[in-house]
Amino acid sequence: MTALLKVEGLTKAYPGVVANDHVSFEIAEGEVHALLGENGAGKSTLVKMIYGLVQPDSGRMTLRGAPYAPPEPSAARRAGVAMVFQHFSLFDALSVAENIALGMETPPPMRRLAGQIREVSETYGLPLNPDRLVGDLSAGERQRVEIIRCLLQDPRVLIMDEPTSVLTPQEVDILFATLRKLAAEGTAILYISHKLEEIRALCDRATILRLGRVVESCTPHEKTAAELAEMMVGAKLATPSRAGSAPGAPVLEVSGLSLPSANPFGTSLRDITFTVRAGEILGIGGVAGNGQDELLDAISGEAPVAPDTVRLHGQAIGALGPSLRRRIAVLAAPEERLGHAAAPDMSLTENAMLTAAIRQGLATRGFLKWPAARAFAEKVIDAFDVRTPGPGNAARSLSGGNLQKFVIGREVLQRPEVLVVNQPTWGVDASAAASIRQSLLDLAEAGTAVVVISQDLDELMEISDRFAALNEGRLSAPRPAKGLSLEEIGLMMGGAHGMEVAHVAE
Amino acid sequence: MDLSAIDPVILIASLMVASTPILLAATGELIVEKSGVLNLGVEGMMITGAICGFAASVQTGSPALGFLAAMVGGAALSMIFGLLTQVLMSNQVATGLALTLFGLGLSALIGQGYAGMKPPPTRPLDLGVLSDLPVIGKIVFSHDAMVYVSLALVALVWAFLRYTRAGLILRAVGESHEAAHALGYKVVRIRLMAIGFGGAMAGLGGAYLSLIRVPQWTEGMTAGAGWIALALVVFASWRPWRLLLGAYLFGGITVLQLNLQAAGVAVPAEFLSATPYLVTILVLVLMSADRSRAALHAPADLGKTFHASS
Repeated sequence: MTALLKVEGLTKAYPGVVANDHVSFEIAEGEVHALLGENGAGKSTLVKMIYGLVQPDSGRMTLRGAPYAPPEPSAARRAGVAMVFQHFSLFDALSVAENIALGMETPPPMRRLAGQIREVSETYGLPLNPDRLVGDLSAGERQRVEIIRCLLQDPRVLIMDEPTSVLTPQEVDILFATLRKLAAEGTAILYISHKLEEIRALCDRATILRLGRVVESCTPHEKTAAELAEMMVGAKLATPSRAGSAPGAPVLEVSGLSLPSANPFGTSLRDITFTVRAGEILGIGGVAGNGQDELLDAISGEAPVAPDTVRLHGQAIGALGPSLRRRIAVLAAPEERLGHAAAPDMSLTENAMLTAAIRQGLATRGFLKWPAARAFAEKVIDAFDVRTPGPGNAARSLSGGNLQKFVIGREVLQRPEVLVVNQPTWGVDASAAASIRQSLLDLAEAGTAVVVISQDLDELMEISDRFAALNEGRLSAPRPAKGLSLEEIGLMMGGAHGMEVAHVAE
Repeated sequence: MDLSAIDPVILIASLMVASTPILLAATGELIVEKSGVLNLGVEGMMITGAICGFAASVQTGSPALGFLAAMVGGAALSMIFGLLTQVLMSNQVATGLALTLFGLGLSALIGQGYAGMKPPPTRPLDLGVLSDLPVIGKIVFSHDAMVYVSLALVALVWAFLRYTRAGLILRAVGESHEAAHALGYKVVRIRLMAIGFGGAMAGLGGAYLSLIRVPQWTEGMTAGAGWIALALVVFASWRPWRLLLGAYLFGGITVLQLNLQAAGVAVPAEFLSATPYLVTILVLVLMSADRSRAALHAPADLGKTFHASS
């Protein structure tokens, strides 16, 4: 096989950190090549250089034997390199066809483009209506928009950045069928992910990055997932464990909860019912944007709901605001770390004060006790191994994983009766994720009712006692997590969202 | 009181003239806001345009050169805003307010020698037979060229946003600057162009006041027209034809209350003068009552600072 794209000694440094240090690899025609690594290993920077969004400090690339150094993404697209982004680069208020036109160099007139979109979407088994507003689409459909945008330009190299993090298992199958067909036609696919089983199933070769360097390259299906994980992290991983005790009396009861969304493209909650017992972890799965944020808001008190729909030990608390709920030990850690769970420009001490003032007695008659807040922040930092010079540092200055440990720790140490967390380990490296999961298990062990909302199914299967899925604002009936198959979970999540499974023409 | 003194034909004809300055300024601001920038300095750019246009046409004797100078003046002022907010990344709201104050002061300074002077007159267009039509001729075909320019501008902006690729890119930048940047569009450059256009149109609107509608120069003569233009953009939920409707509605109430005052209606003149503003507030409240529908047409990244950090 001859190399289609060859990367040699690519280096990129940012102030204080070398994102890529002499990275080299090559990818052949028709090859599905995985880039593996933890967050911060430099995967994103590397593909941004290939796509022309970032210029390398040194090193060179060749495409089909010719030197390749795109100064901007449009040059990369002209050379036949296309990219599907991790955070979709889509515009909610524009239609599918308009979104696709924006990503093309020389789009045909709208009417012809709509025809082309239908044609390509049928060829690759990705049904899509060009006239719909992107804001109304499910995550899986949005990804189709991105993929079709790339396919219309007949790419030689297709870069996929974490494409499956927002898909149901059935949608992943459709995506893989499409990618295999593309590879069979000679397109090289650069596939970034940290989902090891998927990489083992899909990819021909893998390059593993750690701290900006290539540490290994291998054939993924010859390795086990555990071996791949060790190459990524560079150390053995401890799996969270729990003693396992029988759950106690019901603590949090939610019944018939409905909540219209405040945002035009948000999801309204419809008739949600579940119970969480003391010492139990309820895992709530589902693709992003199916009501996760709204559900957290309803339980934390950010969005007041009808009093009877949320009960704590049988008492109606639906109408109470967040402060009153904190007083009765109903705590929450929202998904967005910067701006929702923590105030970015405030110090860790101030951030500790913000949610812990009531339960930790950090304020008397409106006056703040700063030494006590500082002591509490230090306690969180010690107990959860938050790597920071001290509690005086701004929340913004912490890495995602460290801030996440702080945010979760801050709530865990307040001895909650009910704790709701959304995406507790999103964007957190494997070892920090393991310690966060362990702390949630320990908390449940001590008798707290824990609700974990997450899009990471592996995580939910690992820690939850019972599992339910959110789909378009509705919650499926919770089922014991043990023994659930991936297919059953996928169906609970809404299957392929009303789309027939692709029949890819061979 | 004598309501028969109000001639509906003249009323409608003069509402078109009364609406033109705010329509021009609001059309410019619509483009600015569609690109995701909130420029609260419309009032300042309008009054700067008013004096630049007035001074230039007095000096040269040509109204056309006056309008040109007004556009240049408004655009130049808007570029200060553009530099501060897009390049130096200052806060858009504070900078826009400062721009209004600066424009009011600057125009007073330039205008010191011009108070009480008369600008060269601008004649209505001679549209021949059309102007002689009964009623219609008087209402629609007896105006100066700028009235028709403002109407054409609304149509052009509508077509630009709806049918052209450049218009699509502009909307995309206002919708999500991060995504537009990821696709390789030059967010800051596109926004600067939009800001410049907005400034030129605000200047043109100001000059229409000082050269045709009033026509003379007095300090602070825009008297809040720029703020009304800003409100109109929201009222129109960022759609050009609705903007025209809103501008004519506001102009109509302004002209009507003047006529009512003249006819001696038994309501204090202060209340009548306040009606256009009260109606604007009322309509804005009604418009924004349905939050999610209003948000559907608003540019999602309106007023957010963009920093290319990748």
